[in-house]
Amino acid sequence: MADEQQLFKVTIDNITVEVAPGTTILMAARQIGGDVTPPAMCFYSKLQGSGGKCRTCLVEVSKGSEKDPRPMPKLVASCRTTVMDGMEVKNITSDRVLDARAGVTEFLLLNHPLDCPICDQAGECHLQDLSYEHGKEGTRYEFSRRTFEKENIGPYIQLHMTRCILCYRCTYVADQLTNTRVHGVLDRGDHAEISTYISKAIDNDFSGNMIDVCPVGALTDKTFRFKNRVWFTKPVSAHRDCPTCCGKVTLWNRGDEVLRVTARKDQWGEVESYDGKPGWICNTCRFDKKDLNDWVIEGPAHVSRHSVISANHYEKAIKPQETVPEVMGGRKPKLLMDIHDVSDVNDPDVDLSKINGPATGATFTKK
Amino acid sequence: MQLTSRAKPVDRKPMTWLERIYLWNIFKGMMITLSHLFKRKATIKYPEEKRSFSKVFRGLHILNRDEEGRERCTACGLCAVACPAEAITMEAAERQPGEENLYREEKYAAKYEINMLRCIFCGYCEEACPKDAIYLSQTFAPANYGRQGFIYKKTDLLIPDPKTDPEGYRKAKGEA
Repeated sequence: MADEQQLFKVTIDNITVEVAPGTTILMAARQIGGDVTPPAMCFYSKLQGSGGKCRTCLVEVSKGSEKDPRPMPKLVASCRTTVMDGMEVKNITSDRVLDARAGVTEFLLLNHPLDCPICDQAGECHLQDLSYEHGKEGTRYEFSRRTFEKENIGPYIQLHMTRCILCYRCTYVADQLTNTRVHGVLDRGDHAEISTYISKAIDNDFSGNMIDVCPVGALTDKTFRFKNRVWFTKPVSAHRDCPTCCGKVTLWNRGDEVLRVTARKDQWGEVESYDGKPGWICNTCRFDKKDLNDWVIEGPAHVSRHSVISANHYEKAIKPQETVPEVMGGRKPKLLMDIHDVSDVNDPDVDLSKINGPATGATFTKK
Repeated sequence: MQLTSRAKPVDRKPMTWLERIYLWNIFKGMMITLSHLFKRKATIKYPEEKRSFSKVFRGLHILNRDEEGRERCTACGLCAVACPAEAITMEAAERQPGEENLYREEKYAAKYEINMLRCIFCGYCEEACPKDAIYLSQTFAPANYGRQGFIYKKTDLLIPDPKTDPEGYRKAKGEA
């Protein structure tokens, strides 16, 4: 074919892969997959211009290219460095890279409040994964961390500026998915913060995707806030016929209650693509359709084995048939105690999916 | 085939005169009984007297408070996910303005229940807790006729408030 491009050969951690010119090292590593893929906190392949900010994807280029085999003097950000023919890259085989990445992780955690027990992102947080992978879940920092005044950015999205790592993904979402961006990064250096200008509510129909792209718990779903931990909810793939978006989502259920709706994520934690287009979902699907009848259930969503969410999550389980009524001539087994008579937890009268914000103490006081 | 060296063949010899009158054997038995009167008793008088537990005994759970009497638990769910018996359940709620003296963090457990029928007292919840909130104490669950009494709620689990009941708080901490 005439338009066939010459492919570049690049070797990452002794694994050779052929990629098109212009591909970044990170995307080439993702084609190999597995452990050789550098982690990415700010880079998001579906957002143009993202990357180059967090420095967690640093790799060592031990051979620049076939024509110029000199190694690159410093570690480079793999999300922004394009491959050259014959390039040799060291990721996990390089001690320098692992050391630098552990250092970057500690820097990212400097001002992070480490309030994972409270944070709704815990369990699916990329910063949590990153810090545990590098053994940096503890902290050596003894000084006061930066704090911010709490800001209300609308009825759907909760902003926790203390948890933010300034990856800029949410600003790219606003730029590329909506026509007007009302939020951004204000101030500089240590004072830099994500905020709306000035105290404006974010109400664009696709603004909810900011929650999905946020690698930490800085932007979380207000309609899901504190309702349950993610690992106790059951992720289920579902779709609906939505006029504004693709309508393909993951429902996070507890029993028959839809506690949260998110876009479907691929193995890199990014929104999945359909027909080459990222499957962003609209706010109606995300925040307003909290009823099982609104959705067509496809089956349990795939959860990676290493994730805590996979605990008690069975993707191919066959529900055994109840044999007692069959044997006993239609009579149901006698319950010695109905747990709902005693327990206040998981009360059938309290439907958490029907309340908009987080539950308060009054939600659970029995009528 | 001989399985053990301590096996004895059955003695089928006819009884001697002393054995035949039985009195001697009865006397031998009574002597053993009598000797036990002067030995240390294996039992204790239970309700009045109690055996001390080992230092690492894992008994009923308590929910801890901090020095200001605020509940430490933030309903992070780590105890529940660590629990192999799935005995722990909870409902989280957001702390409202004015409740800062009740709960330590922004989020708290509005409901917290341990099903003592399911609990196997392994202590994993205590190990998992990042907030020093749950501990296993030195007591065990009292017997009950009904199952209902074994669902322990927050009122059963929380230790006394140091503000209103400093004596009880110190006792719960094992300082009194």
